[in-house]
Amino acid sequence: MDRIPILRMGNFLLVTIQVDLYDRLALTLEADLVQMVKKTNAKGVLIDISAVSIVDSFMGRIIGNIASMSKILDSETVVVGMQPAVAITLIELGLPLKGVHTALDVEKGMLLLKSMIDENVDDADLDEQDDAFAE
Amino acid sequence: MSSNNYKLLQKKKKEVLELWMKNQLADEGLREDLISNDELRSQSEELIEALIGNLSSNSVEDINSDEWSPVIEILGGIAITRARQGFSPRETGNFVFSLKEALIEVLQKELKNDIQALFSETLKIGRIMDNLSVVTFETFIKGREEVILRQTDEITDISTPVIRVWDGILALPIIGTLDSARTQVVMENLLQEIVETGSSIAILDISGVPAVDSLVAQHLIKTVSATRLMGAECIISGIRPEIAQTVVHLGIDLSNIITKSSLASALAYAFKVMRLEVRKVNAVQKSNLL
Repeated sequence: MDRIPILRMGNFLLVTIQVDLYDRLALTLEADLVQMVKKTNAKGVLIDISAVSIVDSFMGRIIGNIASMSKILDSETVVVGMQPAVAITLIELGLPLKGVHTALDVEKGMLLLKSMIDENVDDADLDEQDDAFAE
Repeated sequence: MSSNNYKLLQKKKKEVLELWMKNQLADEGLREDLISNDELRSQSEELIEALIGNLSSNSVEDINSDEWSPVIEILGGIAITRARQGFSPRETGNFVFSLKEALIEVLQKELKNDIQALFSETLKIGRIMDNLSVVTFETFIKGREEVILRQTDEITDISTPVIRVWDGILALPIIGTLDSARTQVVMENLLQEIVETGSSIAILDISGVPAVDSLVAQHLIKTVSATRLMGAECIISGIRPEIAQTVVHLGIDLSNIITKSSLASALAYAFKVMRLEVRKVNAVQKSNLL
């Protein structure tokens, strides 16, 4: 059976969905991802859905579920690269995906995750970095 | 109508035209600003040519016959041009009605000794001309509708510009009422532009929206949520005091949305989020720059 690969990048998990998700694949991804978060003790999950062109309410719910589950396991979820059509569909379906962080592309998503993790660890660190940057 | 009478009318073509032109020029509704007298005369001449040329016992009996199609075509062309030029329905109608008068007047002169014949001819002419007037009106209205449709399309196209105010900041001023169809266009344009420019902040300026009811508010919330799903932040700006009042009175919850009263404050907020700073250059630095 097909599986969606979950890559580990330091503290984060990276999932790129390159095929259109069908229900069973999505459920497997949900289970795998939660297992992986637990195993690697990841601080953040980044899901790239830039290649997904079709979503339904089930898919929307799975994404929401993954975010909530990761949150319980102390890990933030960022969904990146959503297509305009997909965003409009989700809104029309009444699924604004509250609790899921979003970013335009993988790069911005990574920055967002890093800043969130940094904030959680120590706010002062970030300020120091900023000061150093300004100088 | 006997064929003699048709021949007679064909012979009197010139007279009918002169009479008709006289009627038209005497009419109060003459629009010299929209159409020149020469042009009017050539239009009239063309129509009379086709109309009288097609008069025959067959065609008079059956108004739907194919013989009328050239006349209807010419008349349709004239009506459509007039609709585009901005003639009023009354002015367009009078164009055809004055022809009817001219025809009957000529007939009256020729047949004044035969009341019976005059009556039946008048009736037939009347029927034909009425039919032609209806055709004129139909085409006229069709022409007007085309104009309206084109304008509607143009308005939809020009009314949703997405402006790139800064690197990474988009602004979308909305002018006019927001209905479902327009929200769809606005949303699609905005999301597409966000993808293309990679902007992380979008400002939705509603200073040009006359009124916000629960439906409009719902559309706005949808747009904001969709932008958020894309990974960008959406700010609503240009909220007038009256709109703030209505929104609260209607019990619409906008607390999850960042709202600013003016585009300037929205832009200032965007700069803050992007960690940009706008500073005044002091005199010394300025002279250095120069």
